[in-house]
Amino acid sequence: MTSTLTPVRSKRSALTKGQLPKYAPYVVLAAALIAGAAILALVGFNAFGWGIVSAILFAVGLVSWSAAVEGSRKAKDKLATCLVVGSFLIALLPLFSVIWTVLVNGIPGLLAPGFMTTSMNGVTGVFDNRAVEDGAPVIGGIYHALLGTIQITLLATIISVPVGLLTAIYLVEYGNDGRLARAITFFVDVMTGIPSIVAGLFAAAFFFAVVGPGTKTGAVAAVALSVLMIPVVVRSSEEMLKIVPNELREAAYALGVRKWRTILKVVIPTAISGIASGVTLAIARVIGETAPILVTAGFATSINSNVFSGWMASLPTFIYTQILNPTSPANPDPSSQRAWGAALVLIILVMVLNLAARLIARIFAPKTGR
Amino acid sequence: MTATTLTGNQGAGRAGDKIFSGAAMAAGCLILAVLFGVALFLVVQAIPALTAPAAEIQGGEGFFAYIWPIVIGTLIAAAIALVIATPIAIGVALFISHFAPRGLAAGLGYLVDLLAAIPSVVYGAWGAAFLAKEISPAYNWLAANMGWLPIFQGPASATGKTILTAGIVLSVMVLPIITSLSREIFLQTPKLHEEAALALGATRWEMIKMSVLPFARPGIISAVMLGLGRALGETMAVALVLSSGALTASLIQSGNQTIAAEIALNFPEASGLKVSTLIAAGLVLFVITLAVNMIARWIITRHKEFSGAN
Repeated sequence: MTSTLTPVRSKRSALTKGQLPKYAPYVVLAAALIAGAAILALVGFNAFGWGIVSAILFAVGLVSWSAAVEGSRKAKDKLATCLVVGSFLIALLPLFSVIWTVLVNGIPGLLAPGFMTTSMNGVTGVFDNRAVEDGAPVIGGIYHALLGTIQITLLATIISVPVGLLTAIYLVEYGNDGRLARAITFFVDVMTGIPSIVAGLFAAAFFFAVVGPGTKTGAVAAVALSVLMIPVVVRSSEEMLKIVPNELREAAYALGVRKWRTILKVVIPTAISGIASGVTLAIARVIGETAPILVTAGFATSINSNVFSGWMASLPTFIYTQILNPTSPANPDPSSQRAWGAALVLIILVMVLNLAARLIARIFAPKTGR
Repeated sequence: MTATTLTGNQGAGRAGDKIFSGAAMAAGCLILAVLFGVALFLVVQAIPALTAPAAEIQGGEGFFAYIWPIVIGTLIAAAIALVIATPIAIGVALFISHFAPRGLAAGLGYLVDLLAAIPSVVYGAWGAAFLAKEISPAYNWLAANMGWLPIFQGPASATGKTILTAGIVLSVMVLPIITSLSREIFLQTPKLHEEAALALGATRWEMIKMSVLPFARPGIISAVMLGLGRALGETMAVALVLSSGALTASLIQSGNQTIAAEIALNFPEASGLKVSTLIAAGLVLFVITLAVNMIARWIITRHKEFSGAN
C-alpha cells in the first residue's frame, strides 16, 4: 500500500517495473552455454553433457533472476515452463537416437548385394567368418522375411477388416447403446490392452488344441495378429461412422432405401477415407509385432510362400534372431549388420504406412458441399 | 404387376436387412467369443502345469516358485518405466496443449506420436546395441557413489544389460501412450475455467495448477494405467535388452526376468510340460494386464459421466 504512494524514481516505466527485460532468456542462455562449456572443459568435453549442463544452468539462472526481480510467483511460472519445455526435449532424444542408430547401422546392411533378393537359406557361420576374416562380402538377405511379413500381415488384414468393420457398424447402426453394444465396447477397449505375446499364446494354444500340438504356421501368426488388429479397426471405424451426419441417413430412408443399402451405399462411402486410414494405421501397428509371430510361426531361414504349412520368417523375428542367435557366434558382426538392415526396412515400411494413412485420409475425404 | 415387383423387392430388401444386421451382430459377438476364447484356451493349456507334480516344473519347486520371481521382475520393470515416463509424458502433453505456439503444436504432437510408430523390436535392438553401452558408465558411478542403497548395489553390470536399462527402454515405449491420452484430456479442460484463472491474475503455471490439472486428474491416472498395461506386456524391449537371471534387488546388475520375455525366449524351443508352464505364465500376465486395463477403463467411463466435456 505504501509503495503506491511513493513517487516512482527509477527511469523505467511503472508498468514494466518488476519484470525481466525481453532479452533476459537469451542473455541467460548465452551465459549458460558459455559456463556449461567451461565446466565440461574441466571434466572432459562431450556435446551431450554440454547440452544437459547448459540446460540445467539456464533453468537455474533464469529462475533465480526472475525470483530476484519478479517475485516467487513469476519465478515458479518460469520454472514450470523450463521443466515442460525440457521434458519435451528429453522426449525427442530417444526418437532421434533410435532413428540415427538405425540409419547409421542399417545403411551398410541395406546396400549389401542381394540383401533384398536372397534368403538366409544355406548361409552358415562359415560364410560370416570368411566375411570378417577375409573381407568377403556379407551374403544372405531378407527376401524370405519380407515375403513372410507381407503374407502374414495380408492374411491378418483379410481376417480383421471385415470383422472389425462389421462390429463397428453394429455398434453405431444397430446397437442402440444396448447391453450387448456396451459389453462389446468395453471388451474391445480391454482387448486393446492385451499384451501382444498373450495374443500369440492364444493363437498357439487354439491351434495346438484344434489342429495338433506344435502347429506353427503363418496362418497361426495371422490369427494372433488379428486379435491385436481387430480392436484397433473397430475403434477407428466406429469413430468414423459416428461422425457421418444423420441427415444423410434420414435422406436415404426418406427415399425408401433399406437400412443395409443405406449403410453400404451412403454411410460407408462417406466414412471410407477415415476407415481406410484407420485400417492402414492398424496394419502399421501389427507389422512390427515380434512376440506373437515368434511363438506362432517360429523362424525359418528359407523361403516359404505357403502360409498354411511350415515355419515362416518375418522381418521382426528375423531382426530378433539375428541379434540374439547370430549365424556365426564367433563373428556376430555380419548378423548384426543384417539385423540393422532389416530394422531399417521395417521402419521405412511402418513410416510409409503411416504417411499413406494420412494421404488416404486427405485424398479420399468426402467432398463437403459448398 | 407393379404390386408384385414392389413386394418382390421388399422381400429381397428385408432378407438383405436381416442378413446384414445378423452379420454385424455376429461380428460383434465373435469379438466377445475371441476374448472369452483367449481366457479359455489359456486355462485349458495351462492346467497341466498347474496340476503337475512340483518336481517336474522348471526349477523343481512347483509352478508358484517358478512364477513369482518373474512376476516381481515384471512389476519392477513396469514400475521403473512409469516412474520415468509419467512426469515427462505429462510435461510433453502440457507443452503441446498449453505451451507450444498454436501453429507448431499439431506438428510437434505428430513428432511424439512417431515414437509410437517405431516397432518394439527396433527399440529392443537400440537398447541392446546403443543405450546399454552408453549408460554403463553411469551405472558404475551409481554403484560407486550410491551403492549403499540396495537398488544400486554394485558391482554394476559391465555390459549395461540390466533391468534398469530395460525399464528405460520401456519408458520410451509407454511415453507416447501416456502423452497422447493426457493431451486429449488437457485440451478438454473447459476454456472458461482457464480464462477465469487468467483473469484473476494467475500466471500460466498457476492457471494449469488450478484449472487444468484438477480437471484432468482422473484422465491422467487412467492414461498412466494404460501405459502400465503396455509396460507389463511388452516383450521385445526386455528380451533383447536384459541379460536375465535370478531375482535380484539391485537394478544395475544383470538378473531379474519378466513374464513376457521369459515366454518369448523359451517358447520357440519348448515342448511338453514346458509349453504349458509358459502358457500358464502367459495366463498370469493376461490376468494382471486385464485387471489393470479394466480399472483404467472404469476410471475413464466414470469420469465421462461427471465431466461436462461431452
